[in-house]
This record gives sequence, C-alpha cells and structure tokens, in this order.
Amino acid sequence: MSLSAADITRLARLARIGIEAGEVDAVANKLNNVFGLIEKMRAVDTTGVAPMSHPQPLGLRLRDDVVSVENQREAFLACAPQTEAGLYLVPRVIE
Amino acid sequence: MIHATLKELTRALAVRELSSRELVSAYLDRIAAVNPTLNAFISVAERESALAAADAADAARAAGQAGLFTGIPLAHKDLFVTRQLPTTCGSKMLANFVSPYDATVVERCQAAGFINLGKTNMDEFAMGSTNESSYFGAVKNPWDVQAVPGGSSGGSAAAVAARMVPVATGTDTGGSIRQPAAFCGITGIKPTYGRVSRYGMVAYASSLDQGGPMAQTAEDCALLLNVMAGFDGRDSTSLDVAAEDFCRDLQQPLTGLKVGLPKEFFAAGLDGDVARVMDETVQQLKQLGCDIVEITLPKTELAIPAYYVIAPAEASSNLSRYDGVRYGHRAAEYRDLNDMYERTRAEGFGAEVKRRILVGTYVLSHGYYDAYYLQAQKIRRLIADDFQAAFAQCDVILGPVAPTPAWNLGEKADDPVQMYLADIYTLSVNLAGLPAMSVPAGLSVQQRPIGVQLIGNYQQEARLLNVAHQFQQVTDWHQRRPAI
Repeated sequence: MSLSAADITRLARLARIGIEAGEVDAVANKLNNVFGLIEKMRAVDTTGVAPMSHPQPLGLRLRDDVVSVENQREAFLACAPQTEAGLYLVPRVIE
Repeated sequence: MIHATLKELTRALAVRELSSRELVSAYLDRIAAVNPTLNAFISVAERESALAAADAADAARAAGQAGLFTGIPLAHKDLFVTRQLPTTCGSKMLANFVSPYDATVVERCQAAGFINLGKTNMDEFAMGSTNESSYFGAVKNPWDVQAVPGGSSGGSAAAVAARMVPVATGTDTGGSIRQPAAFCGITGIKPTYGRVSRYGMVAYASSLDQGGPMAQTAEDCALLLNVMAGFDGRDSTSLDVAAEDFCRDLQQPLTGLKVGLPKEFFAAGLDGDVARVMDETVQQLKQLGCDIVEITLPKTELAIPAYYVIAPAEASSNLSRYDGVRYGHRAAEYRDLNDMYERTRAEGFGAEVKRRILVGTYVLSHGYYDAYYLQAQKIRRLIADDFQAAFAQCDVILGPVAPTPAWNLGEKADDPVQMYLADIYTLSVNLAGLPAMSVPAGLSVQQRPIGVQLIGNYQQEARLLNVAHQFQQVTDWHQRRPAI
C-alpha cells in the first residue's frame, strides 16, 4: 500500500487539519513508512478471533437519575476563545 | 533532605525532624536551580502559595490533624487538569488552558495532603517516547543532558531523578511511565487498566491510558498508588473493586516465586548492556529464591502494528474535540467555520500528533476499517490471550523495558518508525490492560540507567511491588543518582 498526495489531502480534510501543498510529499513519505510497519499485521490469520475493544469486559454502569453535576456555565465559557451572550461564538454557517 | 524517599519524608515529618515549609522551600530551590537545564517543568507553583500551603500543613500537624503525606511536595504530569496551574499537555493547542476543575488524581493527592509544586513536561498529548515532541521543548535526561529522558512522562521522570520532587504522577498508554522511569533510573508502575481514574486526565487513547506513580523506590510507588487508585464513578471504565493496601506484601519473601522470561523479549536487537543487566537481574532474583521459567509470548512483535493502529484510531476521535470553539487555541484568521477548524488544528498540533490523527483517520475510514482497525483489535485479543497462557506457568514476567538505554536527543526525532520500534516491550502490556513496572537495575557503559520490567496479571500490583521492593533490599541501583 502507498498513500498518494491526493490520499493525504483527502485524509487531512477528513481530519480537519490544514496542510500546505508544499508539505504533502513529506507527510506522505512519513505516513507510508508508518504503514509499512502496520502492514505486517494484515498477514496474520485472525479467523474466528473476537475483536478486543477494551481490556475489561465490562458493561456500562447505571447510576441513579439524580443531579450529580452543578451548572458551571460561566466557568466553562471562560475557557472559550470567543463567546457572546452566554454562547460559544463561531463563524456564520447559515446565511 | 531532597534525596530522601517519600517513606523517609513521612517519618521525618511525623517526628518533627522537618517541617513542610523547609521541605517545600528546599524543593522549590532545587527546581529553580536545575530546571533551566533540564526543562522538566512546564509550570511551577508560586513560591508564596506553595509556602502558604506548607504552613497550613505544618499547622495541621501541630494540631494533630495531619495524615501520612500532609505537607509533602509532588508534581503532576501536565495532562492531569488542575485549577491552580495551566494544563498544556505539552501542546500549543492548550498552551494557555486553565481547567475549571481538578482531575480525580489531583483531588485525591490534595486530599491526602500532598502539595503540588508544578506540572511536568511531556510529549505533546503523550504521543512520544523521548519528550522531544513537547511544544515547550525537550526535557534533558539528568544523567546526561545529551540523552533523551524517555517519554511521554519524561518531565516527571527527570523531576524525580534530579530530586526536584520526591514523587510525581505519570500516565502510560504504551510505556509512558515505564520507559522514562527506566531511562532516568527511577521506579514507576503502570497499574491494571481502570485502577486509577481517568477523570480529568486528558485523553490520548482511552482504552489504553492509565495513570500511575513515579518515585525513587517500589515502596514509594506503593504509597503513592494507595492515594491515586480507587473507584471513581466519574470514570466509566473505573475498576469497581475494594480498596487495597499496595504496601501489604512488600516484606514477603520471594522464595518459590515463579518468574517467567519470555524468549521473544531476549531476541535479536537487544542492546549488550541491557542483556547484561537482564542476566544480572535474573541471578539476583534466583538468589532471592525465585524460580526462573522460560515462557513464550509469540505475538510480541505484532504489538507494534496493533498499537500503532488502535492508539491513533482512538486519538483521532479523542482529539477531534480541539476545534477552537470551546477551549484552547483558535487561529487568528479564517474564511469560514471549516477553514477555522483546519487552521486552528494545523497551527495548534505538532507533527507527531498530526501524523497519528491522520493514521487514525485512515484506519477508521470507510473501506479500511475491517482491514486495519478490526484486525488490530483481533490481534489485541491474541496478545492478551498469550499473557494468560504465560501466567498459567509463572507468577510474574520479567523482561527489559526498552531494547536500549536512552539514546541521544535528536537521534530518532525525525524517524517515527525507529521511535515506534523501541516501544516493543511495553506496548503489549497496555493492549492487554495488565499492570507492569520499571525498576532500576544497572547502568550502561555510557553511565545511562537501565531498567527492567516486571509484568503481573490483572490486579497483581501488590505482588509486582513486592518483587521490586525485595530486589531493592539487595541492590542499590534505585539509590544511585545523577551528578546534576
């Protein structure tokens, strides 16, 4: 497998990471080296093996439906780059 | 005073040989003296506030209200969120972030009486094995400033090794406590997955991330783990088991203990110094009464590709939260919402973090999920099964932490594949979710520390700490310290 410049551009777009045209080849080169390492895994026969997504076979815990967290709106908004009227501010998406 | 272990400090405070004010003052002086060289801290507590906390601790002790750790300094890896100091994760993305809440680990340490002296440097978002990916610059190894301190908890390891704090917290996703502990000549333990709460511990790969203590000795690790570990309802994967005293078995003799040596851990590629230290450790354990058995972990090499699929996959999902909207960096100029995301993330993340996000995005993308992500999860199962087969033959597993001692700064910085290959002995433990620790066991010819790894079955931390403690009763590697 080898990722092309177009693949890298598409991946960067999916990951919402801006990438300069001049960087694409260098990024592709490094990622292809990493995938060279990863590819070894694909030849292993894993027929019938159940995937392990987590170290513990635990289900999700349930808790009583009670208020457990205080409202900290002001504290959370204080971390944001831009806020207005108690809301997060982002560039307009609907004209 | 600053060379004392945590255990010794608890005694000295209890019998009033020392005050917390003297301790805090001495460690802050030490940080001021050596941090400009080592760069182990990203932020350091204000002297005034730290001394005020020390005075309060001394007053509590005078009033008979002190606990074991009241007034003892420590440092937190800079991915445990704190209200008192910024939490950067070694990233430009969070360079100015101050958390509105404290992590569970931070709360627990504070409730036990520890005084936080600062936040330690780390690879950006814990992605790295050398600390070179930190936005705040690499940490230097206190034993040799040309050498890497290991990573990602390199700041915590260097801080303990250089006696800037008696103990520090770290986290381990693929070796990030054990490998820097080995490179800096200190002791560290990665507990069973779920032991230490992940609440307020900034996520890298959630099914692998686990916090743990870093200290001079196994006994100190046990003491700090007693504080850090415990069920937390705010962490959905917290282990809901009864609290235990991790010091309880420290004094047990090792007679008849079966120590397994996985033959795959002693294969080609092991550095001569590391191989020699392994041999010496095996001899030492035999003298302590251990029986050595050869075991096999046949999927060892596959841990590298499996980890470098699973961890980036989880990271690409976890790090999607850094969008420049709710916290962290936001680009100054942008055309529209999408452009804001792309510029914010292009500017805020470093090269290694971007690389792992891109790998993760690829392996989770349509058409590749089964071939990469699902296949990696199946191999993860095979690796975990290998360990269970091995533990049918032995009580603990012994091996190297890393194939070599610390290498030079810059040596592998531009070659991610070489860097990933050096994680071979630590990754499988995280994939399986087992506890494991790093214990200082020798020095290379270049006088760089070498650590050995002890791996236990689930929830067998007390046994690992027992083995390490007994080893430290008959060796002095944990007492050696750098000249700095």
